[in-house]
Parts: sequence; C-alpha cells; structure tokens
Amino acid sequence: MLWVDKYRPKTLDHVMVHSDTAQNLKKLVSEHDCPHLLFYGPSGSGKKTLIMALLRQMFGPGAEKVKVENRAWKVDAGSRSIDLELTTLSSANHIEMTPSDAGFQDRYIVQEIIKEMAKNRPIDTKGKKGFKVLVLNDVDKLSREAQHSLRRTMEKYSAYCRLILCCNSSSRVTEAIRSRCLNVRVNAPSEEQIVDVLQFIGKKEGLQLPSSFAARIAEKSNRNLRRAILSFETCRVQQYPFTDKQTISPMDWEEYVSEIASDIMKEQSPKRLFQVRGKLYELLINCIPPEIILKRLLYELLRKLDAELKHEVCHWAAYYEHRMRLGQKAIFHIEAFVAKFMSVYKSFLIATFG
Amino acid sequence: MAPIIQSTQPWVEKYRPKQVKDVAHQEEVVRVLTNTLETGSCPHMLFYGPPGTGKTTTALAIAHQLFGPELYKSRVLELNASDDRGINVVRTKIKDFAAVAVGTNQRKNGYPCPPYKIIVLDEADSMTEDAQNALRRTMETYSKVTRFFFICNYISRIIEPLASRCAKFRFKPLTEEIMSSRILYICKEEGIYLDAEGLSTLSTISQGDLRRAITYLQSAARLFGSSISSKDLISVSGIVPAEVVEALLKACKSGNFDLANKEVNNFIAEGYPVSQMLTQLFEAIVEENDISDEQKARISKKLGEADKCLVDGADEYLQLLGVVSITIQALCNMPEGFAY
Repeated sequence: MLWVDKYRPKTLDHVMVHSDTAQNLKKLVSEHDCPHLLFYGPSGSGKKTLIMALLRQMFGPGAEKVKVENRAWKVDAGSRSIDLELTTLSSANHIEMTPSDAGFQDRYIVQEIIKEMAKNRPIDTKGKKGFKVLVLNDVDKLSREAQHSLRRTMEKYSAYCRLILCCNSSSRVTEAIRSRCLNVRVNAPSEEQIVDVLQFIGKKEGLQLPSSFAARIAEKSNRNLRRAILSFETCRVQQYPFTDKQTISPMDWEEYVSEIASDIMKEQSPKRLFQVRGKLYELLINCIPPEIILKRLLYELLRKLDAELKHEVCHWAAYYEHRMRLGQKAIFHIEAFVAKFMSVYKSFLIATFG
Repeated sequence: MAPIIQSTQPWVEKYRPKQVKDVAHQEEVVRVLTNTLETGSCPHMLFYGPPGTGKTTTALAIAHQLFGPELYKSRVLELNASDDRGINVVRTKIKDFAAVAVGTNQRKNGYPCPPYKIIVLDEADSMTEDAQNALRRTMETYSKVTRFFFICNYISRIIEPLASRCAKFRFKPLTEEIMSSRILYICKEEGIYLDAEGLSTLSTISQGDLRRAITYLQSAARLFGSSISSKDLISVSGIVPAEVVEALLKACKSGNFDLANKEVNNFIAEGYPVSQMLTQLFEAIVEENDISDEQKARISKKLGEADKCLVDGADEYLQLLGVVSITIQALCNMPEGFAY
C-alpha cells in the first residue's frame, strides 16, 4: 500500500494537520445534526481525508466498507430518454461520486441520484429514520444548470439526505449553494506541518530522516501534502539511507514543461513554434490538464525573465487561460500564448540589443 | 446510523416573522398591508430591494394572515426561481390557477378571506422577458379573482408593462440597530453568547442582509458551540481576514513583482475564495487615501474584468496575479498598455 493511503488518518481524532477543524467537525456531528457541508481548499490539503473521517465518525466503521459500482441511469428528459453511466463509490450510508464526469449532462445525474436516495430511506434497527450522505466531488466543475438544480433538490430532500460537497475553488460554486451549506475552508498545510507529518511517517517506518532533507521535500511539494508524501516514498525507493544532498526528482511533466520554456527562450521563430506544438501535444495526450500546463509554463518563464517583462507575460497568461475556458480546443490557446510570448520577447530583445 | 432530530430547521425559517406588523424597518409597506387586512382590498404588488430585507417574508405573512392555514393551500400559489417558470408554465399553470373563481367575501375563523387568490412570484427578475409578457394579459383578465405579488431584487429587470400594473414598494436595507436587536433576540432564544465585537463584525460582513447574518450565526453556532467570537464568524462566512488583504496590498505597493507573486501563491494555498478577495480588495483600494483617482480607476477596471473572467470559470491564480500586476503598475505609475 502506498504511504499516502497507509498513513491517511482514519478518524477525526488522528487528523494531524487540521486538528482544530477536525475537532469542530466532531462537535458538529455529535449533536446528531448535520447541515450540508462544503469543503473547499487547494488540492492535497486534506479535504477528502476530513470527509472520510467525518463519515466514519457519523456511521462507524461501516462507512469504510465501500464498493465501487458502475451504474447506469435512464433519464426521461421530455421527448427523449438519456442513458448515463457513472462510477460511484457507495457504502450502506453514503454514496460518493464525481458528477462532473458526465460532462454537459451532469444535471440529470444530480437530479436522479438524489431522487433515488430519497426513495430508499434508511431505517436503523430501532426503527428510527435516518439520513444518507451524498458526497459530491469537484462541484466547481459542475455546469451552471446542474448547480441550479442542485440547490432545489438540496432543499426538497433535505429530510433524507445530506450533501457533502468538495471543491478546489469556491468562487466557481454559485452563491446560492454556498449560502445553503456550512462552508469549511481547508487550507494547505504549512511547510513545518508537512515536515512534522514526514517525520511521523519516517518514525513509523523506522527510517532515519534528516531534518534538512525533510524540509527540502516540503519546500519542493508546494504545500501539497500528498505530493510531499509521494516524493518522500520515491526517494526512499531510490536511495536509503538518506543523505542531505540527495536529489528529489521532479515530476517528469514538469521537467518537460521547463524544457519547453527554455526552448522558447532560446529561439523565437515559426519553426520553433512548430516544434513546441509537438511537445504540447505530447503533454496533452498524457492527460495533463491544459490549465496546469499553462500555469507551469508561466512559472518557468517568470523565473527566467527580466522584471520589466513579467507584468506583460502574466497578463497574457491570464488572458489566454480565460479564452481557453471559453473555447473548446486547449491546444490553440496554449499555442497562442507561446506565440504571443515569442513576439513579446523578440521585440524586447530587438529594443534592448538592437 | 445517525438519527435525525427535529431541530434541523434553519433559524432563518424559525424566526421568520409570521405577521405583517412584525416586519422590521419597512413602515410604508406595513401601513398599506395593515389597511388591506382591515378592508380586504388589495392591488397587485411589486416588492423590490436588496436580499434579506423581508420581501418574501412580507408576502407570505400577508397571505397567511388573509386566508389562514385552512384556505392557504387553495388560495395561494407560490413560485420561485427553483420552479420551472418558462413561458409554458405561465400559459398553463399560472393561467389555470388564476382562472379559478372563488367564493364571495366571508370571514372564516377570524381570517378576512377576501374573494381573490394570490399568486406570489418570487425572484421575478429571473423570469424571461417572454414569460413576463405572457403574464400581462393574464393579470388583467383575471384581476377580479386574482392578485399578483412580484418579488425581485432589480426592478429594472421587470418589464415596464408589468411594473405599471402594480403598486411598487421599495424595501430598504436594514439599519445596524434593527439588525443588532434582531440578532440579539435570536441569541437570547437560542442561548448563544455573542460579544459586542462579534455583533459589529456580523453586521459588517452581512452588509444589511439579515438572512445572511442569521445564516452565519447558525453556522458558527453549529461549528463552534454556544460562545461565538468575531473570528469564528469570519471563518464561517468565507470572508478574507483584513490582515491578509492588507498584506497583499502592501506587497503591491512595494512594486516588487516576485514578492507579490509569492503573496498570491500563499493566498491560493490558504484556500480563500478569490472572488471574495476581489470584492475586499476593491473596498480597500477605494478607501485608501494615498492612491490617486486615476490609479483607482485603472485598478477598478481590471478588477471588473477579472471578476467577469472568474464567472466564466477562469483560473483563480492567474486572474489574481493579473490583478496584482496591474495594481503594481498603477501604483508605480508605469505607463498604461504594454511596451512590446
């Protein structure tokens, strides 16, 4: 088992990084009352861990017995019927899913599932009525319509089911949904906290972890705990005992992007643009999300640029990322950014050096 | 299995005024409606004003007071934005309901029960123009047996022909004193301790919206227990703490792009919503004294653009970085537009 999963805290008491949030959540469900919840924060900050621990707190160990299902729904939408398929993770008391996977038909998924949950209302041994929990991931990627229908269903079936929503950016979740949920902000752990966690894992595994090395892993991880643990494990495989100077290998796609960045800096010509296009395609077909490529590219370029150009370059990055969101094919917009950068950089060079 | 208990009702519903005379701060409307209660005559109404000022509450209260619980179901139709209100619904459901005749004026169980029905169209500004147009004739044809209550935030989005058929009432934002007294009342009922600082924070972050204030209060009470500080309220409301905004502004003033970039990275890692940050940054910049009007205008323009981009779903980090970059340029009086 990977260390990330092995050392994932199972209960709210064992949560290391957001212990105060965990305690508050515990208090929240101990009163047998749970509002709808919205967890938001950057990736690798522990949203999912908190949610799973919370479910366990509510339903006992049964919440961990989950089965993966590929379910199909048939939805009647006026004149035609739509077939939908989605992978769900469910236990007796909760269902977890990522409705945005259904693309533009996410609205039907949201409506169908909640209706279905409302139909099969769980009753415990004492004959008391209870509620089920529906965990929805990536709500910020849901379409506007889906979010609107979510808000209606949230109210309509609130007696039988509670929603736990999980997203990265709460700006993209409509105000109507945010105001109906208890918002829980999960911030990324600080570097010291990451070091603490790494030391904890090191101790459990019986490893000698020099503190300077742990600090370097934490620094490289960009305050992403999952990534820190993964790279810690990678380093363990590569070389043990650890030395202070041991290299922490970056992700291969990051290296690739930095290669692209230095390519663009070296030469600005249509020919080079054509070569870069091939590399961008390579990244895209390996399922690296386009906005991440663009952000990383910007990061690499900003590191190499003169101060006076930085403003302009970051303006164009934001401009093309926005266009990418509105358009369909990501490659056009990334390439447009590269071309724009080349033009800006070239005219800068001509103006400076003649 | 977690059992359900009955206290799950949101406080917003629990403490919603049940009678028209309990509605705070809207004397004009209350006077007209009290009159209605006595005489039974009522024009079509149009309530407009910012959210959380009591528009829906007033409409529901008058409907309840006119008809009482028994007749309420058959006499009042309530539709809000979450119901389908396309042109088809207007043509069928609303028209059918409006067309039904009702008995003559007879008092029942002490309720006036005037001889008409009420249709409450909540959030009417989100109805399409076509649907609103389809309503015009319906309103007149059935005016004998039906009264319409329109509720909206922006009166400009109601088409003129509809607005001219109604008596218009503007709901004012609640003043701080009224809000405080209401909040303190709820605190007393629920056994919550809220200090003076928390109370003033609550009025600031809710900006005259009583519903929002009560929601924040309930969330905080659920999460942090019965003693609530102003910090707890800020954390449930998703407001960015003032010192974080200041830190970002300070980084901008330094004119150092890398420093500001680092600050933006930190901000994203802390997980605050960027749209909220833009609002607060805007307030901070407008209030700042040592920024010239021209600089303010330049920054505000960018803030508007970034907000639109965020609504379109653009990346938070890049947009905030864009705003910060323009702010630096404006504050350091760099020329507008790009050199290359």
